[in-house]
Amino acid sequence: MTTATAPYRSSLPVGRDSFGQLLHAEWTKFRTVRGWVITAFAAALLIVLFAYLGTFAHHDGGICVGPNPATGTCRSFSHPSPPLGPGGEPVADTYYSVSRTLVGNGTITVRVSSLTGLVQGGNGHSASVADMAGAPGRVQPWAKAGLIVSAGSKLGSAYAAVMLTGTHGVRLQYDYTDDIAGPRASATAPRWLRLTRSGRTLKGYESADGSSWTMVGTATLPALPTKVQAGMFVTSPPSAQAQPLAGGAGSQATGASATFGQPALAGGWSPGAPGGWTARDVGDTHVIPTVSSVGSTPSGSGFAITGSGDLGPSVGVGDTDKNALTGVFIGLIVLIVLGAMFITGEYRRGLIQTTFTATPRRGRVLIAKAIVIAAVAFVVGAAASAISIPLGNHILQHNGNYVYPTSTLTELRLILGTGLLVALVAVLALAVGTALRRGAGAVTAVIALIILPYLLAFASALPAGASEWLLRITPAAAFAVQQTVSQYHQVSWVYTPSDGYYPLSPAVGLAVLGAYTLAALLIANRVLRTRDA
Amino acid sequence: MSRALHAEWTKQRTVAGPAWLLLATIALTVALSVIVTLATTYASSAAAQDLPRLSLTGVYLGQAIVAILAVMTITDEYSSRMIQITLCAIPARPTMLAAKAAIVTALVLVAGTVAVLGCMLAGRLILPAGGFTAAHGYAPVSLGDGATLRAAFGSVLYLALIGLLSLGIGTAVRDSAVAIGLVLGLLYLFPIVAHLVGSQHLERHLEQIGPMTAGLAIQATTNLRALPIAPWAGLGVLAAWAAASLLAGGVLLKLRNA
Repeated sequence: MTTATAPYRSSLPVGRDSFGQLLHAEWTKFRTVRGWVITAFAAALLIVLFAYLGTFAHHDGGICVGPNPATGTCRSFSHPSPPLGPGGEPVADTYYSVSRTLVGNGTITVRVSSLTGLVQGGNGHSASVADMAGAPGRVQPWAKAGLIVSAGSKLGSAYAAVMLTGTHGVRLQYDYTDDIAGPRASATAPRWLRLTRSGRTLKGYESADGSSWTMVGTATLPALPTKVQAGMFVTSPPSAQAQPLAGGAGSQATGASATFGQPALAGGWSPGAPGGWTARDVGDTHVIPTVSSVGSTPSGSGFAITGSGDLGPSVGVGDTDKNALTGVFIGLIVLIVLGAMFITGEYRRGLIQTTFTATPRRGRVLIAKAIVIAAVAFVVGAAASAISIPLGNHILQHNGNYVYPTSTLTELRLILGTGLLVALVAVLALAVGTALRRGAGAVTAVIALIILPYLLAFASALPAGASEWLLRITPAAAFAVQQTVSQYHQVSWVYTPSDGYYPLSPAVGLAVLGAYTLAALLIANRVLRTRDA
Repeated sequence: MSRALHAEWTKQRTVAGPAWLLLATIALTVALSVIVTLATTYASSAAAQDLPRLSLTGVYLGQAIVAILAVMTITDEYSSRMIQITLCAIPARPTMLAAKAAIVTALVLVAGTVAVLGCMLAGRLILPAGGFTAAHGYAPVSLGDGATLRAAFGSVLYLALIGLLSLGIGTAVRDSAVAIGLVLGLLYLFPIVAHLVGSQHLERHLEQIGPMTAGLAIQATTNLRALPIAPWAGLGVLAAWAAASLLAGGVLLKLRNA
């Protein structure tokens, strides 16, 4: 007699696996491998550690402000700290002006002729008194001579100016960042300029003969007081040269001289000083390299004015957050290894068969893995950069360097962007690892795709054009998310990636990496479904 | 030793992987050099160009494939448990590692020579079309020039030393993904970090000790004074890295259970 026993039945409810369970399973796989968790923490630690290593020895060269007459070497350097303009951005506000007070509305008209250039001799590290004064040289493309209405003598005050430039014709510029192009004009032929103030509106006009006028543009300055300083000004920005061996750009002080005719005035001009005009060296020469031979001398019934400096956005004098984010490269390599091993480890140990038995729909496994590794990498990248950026900037400032101010919004974009960057790269490594099933191949491919182009873009002898293309079409475009400084067409500068200028905007750069990651995921999904595990 | 060499040679010869990796080394090295020489024109370069060095840019990428080949030579044995059979057959572990090192070196020397000759040929054919002609003061890239010959021969040696460095790290770490991450981190991160530290003094020191930055000094043919380290001294630094990594790998191999 045998007793029949009922076969075992699980008490768990029958049903399909949900995506939540799958996600939980993949998270458990990650969480319970102690080496991987330690590696993720190590990645974050390395990023923060290199924020320190990348900044503690950093000293920018500074500007030579005190020549040593005896030895010809620079006696003292200054670390520039530019004033902030009306919009809160760092600006250059250094020029030579001959002006008087205007109360209410008025018009000033003047003839400008012969804009010529001065170039400082020596270099920033060895400069004699004669070197600092400057010698006749090429006029800078953005050397400026013209008429200005300025809200006051405080650095970074609102202004509007109509000017003749070295090679960019007549322009109307206002509040440092705005630039309106007028007709093309030669720097050698005489040009008539007129600036009209009516309330808060300023209109710039120019003429080739002093009788037929064309309007260059209109500027509205919201914060312009009734009483303003108005007159003639001359300035000339430092010339920037690429330094292929040191990387980045170096600059050399320049000056410009212009001859003005007698200004014709109409409106509420105050009598002012004897003769009516006050000559002033405006701005801080410690902010931007300048030649020392600036000044104003009477020339006929007008003035010959020599100025140096710049009037516009400040470019290339400070450090950016890229130094604080040095460690992201190290963190990336660690997370690439982690991302690739998250799948190739399963193939090597044979766990993949269990995984696919539990979840036969393989595409879902890939998505669950991608979400888990992306979340881990995002947290590592965002948390580490949230610590690195303030830490690195603090060290830079402590060492006397000037760091460009960034808004809270920009800092947030930098932190979240770095998180997204490392998350997308980790998923890219996972996808490539899925397709190749080999850890070594996947790690090499992803490093060669993202780190190598960045390296070739600035550390090799590639010309600027080829470097820019590398940062447009490879996943390394995503490093643009770390850009915190803006490019201005009205400032000649060597805008190189190593100075923190990228060819793409942060969002587009991340999108390029996103496209690579998406393509890799689609290929991995296809390969996964059509191949034996 | 000769039996160990024969065994290692058979292993490399009878699987498809190494042959493909060697072909990939040649193809990718030459391909990057072709792209770079095409992209660089006389009109677009701000400063004087070092043509042989420019032609050899492909080595930046080729070394990554050499690193895979060398790392896999040992880590593949660990992942497939082949290492236990290997060590039963050759119980003297240093001999086994030396045999692997010899075979990797020989393979990389052959592939490296082909790749470097391809790069030089690309430079010779493409660069004059980009304006680097005698009229602009540039002689065509030629192995007849002493410095160029040193750059080309040194690049082949450079690749072989990268192979040895990778083999040592692979032996020490035993996992291919981690080992390759370490090797490429060591190679690529030195120049990036050196560039970002922003202190010229520290930058120069980092470039003197980095395996890639020091080793690739061998490719320079002009403006040697501006180099952080002299060409042969730089290759010596890389050789020291390779020796140290092989030593570390060898000691760990001897001390650990397989």
